[in-house]
Amino acid sequence: MIEFRGVTFVHQNGVKALDGVSLRVEAGEFVALVGENGAGKTTLVKHVTGLLKPASGSVLVDGVDTKEASTAQLSRKVGVAFQNPDHQLFSETVEEEMSFALRNFGFSPELVRNRVTWGLELFGLEEYRKSSPLVLSGGEKKRLTLACILAWDPQVVILDEPTVGQDSIQKERLAGTIQMLKSAGKTVMVVSHDIEFLWPIQPRVVVMKGGRVVGDGPSADLMQDRDLLGSARVAQPQLVEFYQELHRRPGTPFVHALDAARWAEESLQP
Amino acid sequence: MGDILKIEGLNFRYPESPRNAVSDFELSIPEGEIAVLAGPSGCGKSTLLRTVNGLIPHMYGGEYSGDVIVAGSSVKGSSMRDLAQTVGFLFQNPENQIFMFTVERDVAFGLENLGVPREEMRSRVDEALRLLRIGDLAQRAPHELSDGQKQRVALAGVLAMRPKLVILDEPTSLLDPKTASELVTLVARLREELGTTFVVVEHRLDLLVGVADRLVVMDGGRKVLEGSPRDVLFGDDAEAHGVAIPAVTRVQKALTESKGGRAVAGGLLTPSELASAVEGRRR
Repeated sequence: MIEFRGVTFVHQNGVKALDGVSLRVEAGEFVALVGENGAGKTTLVKHVTGLLKPASGSVLVDGVDTKEASTAQLSRKVGVAFQNPDHQLFSETVEEEMSFALRNFGFSPELVRNRVTWGLELFGLEEYRKSSPLVLSGGEKKRLTLACILAWDPQVVILDEPTVGQDSIQKERLAGTIQMLKSAGKTVMVVSHDIEFLWPIQPRVVVMKGGRVVGDGPSADLMQDRDLLGSARVAQPQLVEFYQELHRRPGTPFVHALDAARWAEESLQP
Repeated sequence: MGDILKIEGLNFRYPESPRNAVSDFELSIPEGEIAVLAGPSGCGKSTLLRTVNGLIPHMYGGEYSGDVIVAGSSVKGSSMRDLAQTVGFLFQNPENQIFMFTVERDVAFGLENLGVPREEMRSRVDEALRLLRIGDLAQRAPHELSDGQKQRVALAGVLAMRPKLVILDEPTSLLDPKTASELVTLVARLREELGTTFVVVEHRLDLLVGVADRLVVMDGGRKVLEGSPRDVLFGDDAEAHGVAIPAVTRVQKALTESKGGRAVAGGLLTPSELASAVEGRRR
């Protein structure tokens, strides 16, 4: 579905942001990109939307090389909610903000109305329908950009640091939204430092460092690799740390990291 | 030591808003503490911070009653200039705060504005660079630095003013986990070395609770919970107010509440504490 073939990208200032990245994400997969600030995560994501084109190598979305597709074609397939929502919001009202792309894609006025209402309800933004996006809090703006994208129903949904500024209730809703997208067969890519948010939803984890992919695997395996994560400045989830601490102590049977909490509970039964 | 921050019966309503953004708020923070302020989006945290650094009532109009006292002086009776020397403010995104051509000039910016004499400025900038261990970056351009380094530069600029109280607004949200935990360690060290009081607004509590003395939870403009992080997080009400309960605390609660199970007592904050407690109970 999305394929990076030896992608290299160099910024104008000469910094090599991507250094020979090869990565294949299947349709319907849920992938988290983690790694230190400046590792190339956001640059990678911008290649999926065609905002950036590789200096060498190629990026294929749904079999189409991004060098040969227009940004308009790609954006119908790929929706991205960027880290800073201020770069994405520009309309007079929240309702208008949500309608803009839908109208551009040629949706009927009735469908536009329905989708807008659906999105505002999904993200708890109904009360702001007639307000300017500028009065929203940082967390609310992020939810609005996400609502805008989901409303046009792209095949690939990319979220760059979606939990920044969100309280625990909103984070839980966001996790629910990701589950919903997964069950709808969408391909979901999340860039996040928020390991505690990622652990319960168990994405495939791709670790980046210095423009390269240095680790790739299921959460349950990869999050146990303390050395790899440490070298990419990623912390382990608390529960995995707890699990590994237990296993350093004698007399603890082997259980899977995902079961550590349940096992602790059972072992305490008299 | 006395209270560096005292909020007494504070009510504030923005112009044309139907309801108070902050209601009947009381708070005392002793000098030298690290206090964390948490609560759901829109609970009034940002408004409360503005009443401490003086943007409210000096720049925002609205209905204001009660008092905010920083280092013994009422905020409403102090000039913004005086407040700038007592209260330091670190924004979520350091990009909003650093803009000069070199790190050194950036750290000196606040002092230049106050007209601090040259030698005094020199020594304060050097001290701030040393405290944050970024002396080697002094001649670099801020925009070339990593996000963690930018955060340090912005904090150095704040500390060069020698504020008694420093407010950090979601300081770790843009940082990778290791850089975030280094910032938290740095805050703890600065508190030890300088006796500075920190008020930190944060959603990610797992990192901070280990060093914080006090956790204050706001909801709907009111203070709804206050106490040691251990007590507040282990209590029954925090989650309902949108506070992210660290995974360790959640497991410990489940263990304590599980039927017929042997309780693991006390608010535990780290994976290693929990592992020890579980091991201890099994014997």
